[in-house]
Amino acid sequence: MLSYAVRRILGAIPTILAIIALAFFMIRLAPGGPFATDKPLPVEIKRNLEKAYHLDEPLYMQFGRYMGNVLQGDFGPSFRMRDYSVNELLRQGFPYSLQIGLIAVAVASFFGILFGTIAALKQNTPGDYGTMAIAMIGITIPNFVVAPLLVLLLAVTWRILPAGGITAGWTSFILPIVALSLPPTAYIARLTRASMIEVLRSNFVRTARAKGLPERITIMRHTLKAGLLPVVSYLGPATAGIITGSIVIEQIFGIPGIGRYFIQGALNRDYTLVMGTVIFFAVLIILFNLLVDLLYGALDPRVRYD
Amino acid sequence: MTDATIGSLPPAAKPIKGRSLWQDAWRRLRTNKAAIVSLAVLALIAVACVVGPYLLPYGLDDVDYAAFTTAPDFAAQHYFGTEANGRDLLVRTLYGGQISLMVGIVGTLVSLIIGVTYGATSGFLGGRVDSMMMRLVDVLYSLPFMFFVILLMVFFGRNILLIFVAIGAVNWLDMARIVRGQTLSIKRKEYIEAAHACGVSSWGIIRKHVIPNTLGPVIVYMTLTVPQVILLESFLSFLGLGVQEPMTSWGVLISEGARSMTIAWWMLVFPAVFLAITLFCLNFIGDGLRDALDPRDR
Repeated sequence: MLSYAVRRILGAIPTILAIIALAFFMIRLAPGGPFATDKPLPVEIKRNLEKAYHLDEPLYMQFGRYMGNVLQGDFGPSFRMRDYSVNELLRQGFPYSLQIGLIAVAVASFFGILFGTIAALKQNTPGDYGTMAIAMIGITIPNFVVAPLLVLLLAVTWRILPAGGITAGWTSFILPIVALSLPPTAYIARLTRASMIEVLRSNFVRTARAKGLPERITIMRHTLKAGLLPVVSYLGPATAGIITGSIVIEQIFGIPGIGRYFIQGALNRDYTLVMGTVIFFAVLIILFNLLVDLLYGALDPRVRYD
Repeated sequence: MTDATIGSLPPAAKPIKGRSLWQDAWRRLRTNKAAIVSLAVLALIAVACVVGPYLLPYGLDDVDYAAFTTAPDFAAQHYFGTEANGRDLLVRTLYGGQISLMVGIVGTLVSLIIGVTYGATSGFLGGRVDSMMMRLVDVLYSLPFMFFVILLMVFFGRNILLIFVAIGAVNWLDMARIVRGQTLSIKRKEYIEAAHACGVSSWGIIRKHVIPNTLGPVIVYMTLTVPQVILLESFLSFLGLGVQEPMTSWGVLISEGARSMTIAWWMLVFPAVFLAITLFCLNFIGDGLRDALDPRDR
């Protein structure tokens, strides 16, 4: 298992390098630049600026320099938000993004599994159909539609919750988290239901019931463990989805997380900020996928690492 | 599906086999109420989006100076109300639908062409080429594509052609995997052997024999890709990176509606409802087709 983990981490290194290279050259090939303004800058000033940020060097040297810095954990200064380094901005935004993201994953897993299990236990009853219909809504309606509708209803019409910003304490995180966790909740509910139905029909569940175990213990101890494997393997893509979704959600609710920096940086051609956020997100997604694979192995004794 | 392919068929007999499979599937699909209703609703929306604008008194960019941001008003024939610039929302929603549906279909076709070619080639050639090609897919899988699409849109202008390419380029990976798996099982069949014996070139076999026989799962996956693509376009448009004025799409309209929902709920609700219904229908049709084409999976 340890050697598997090490191998996976080593295997992720070329991917990360590829991401850095792809992002770097894509941005540099694009027309326009961080210092392109409506009124052209005086030549000397522009030259000095470019010199200060090493933009006057050949591209491969810039790439080498950037790569070297990133490997030391330094994403460089932000081109547009002067006085800030990308590291500082990431450090500022990350707590918000992390909080929202982690809670959304937890909420989605909990309610998804709960609803999915209930639906599976009451298969083909109105309760089952109702739950699955709601899940279908959660999957098909994108969260950038759900979020404004929630704001319209709960924040504007009923005035229960704040519509945006982070000034209202923990209540200002409720709507973003709900909007962010809705699609994965629905997906997990569907996955759980399908696999639970299958597991409930298997021999070991019949045995457990036959030997007189209470239904609650049969489900908690035997069925759930086998039934949740597909959910665990879905957590990897789910995290990626939540991270992508958080770009929109942070935008809608005005949360100063990394997603907003990414959009801002992209629109302002803040090269270093965009690169920093992309690399940060990519590494996060890769790490989480690795974690999920390891967790899967811990839960399923049939998985062998070789 | 299996008994349809039993026995090596000479090419002349292929149409008969194909038809029976599709007839079978159609019979099963017809019993699926949700799928049939969805099909009808979707057709209705598509027709409305294409024909509707011609039947309404307003054009896409016609400004009604008597009505800025007015609620639905049947007397003035603004059935969905107007937006901030006095343009009729129903007309814009229908036009937006044209664009969204077109993006969905073309984006899916792009991913279909790349995915099917790549997957069929990889599966058919097999061996080292196959493992290398699939390795590449694995690497691409772990890239956070959404970010690259956003970067593409930001840096290389926001034209609609690029949206197709970007979306297609993101979505072909699953298709390639599915087609490869199918190809691996198909290429051991006798009729492929026969084609080899007749001296058909590899590319000819892929094109004439392998790809047509992978169609079932590909069609199912295609139906499920269309809503994904529409969503992706809406996502980009919502961030202001997708379709640009004077064109519009559901994503653009929803984004505008979300910004002004406190004063004009209709601007958010109508496009959102259209988008949601379309996505619903496509998902139900996809599920129905899967059940119809792959009876084992039920």
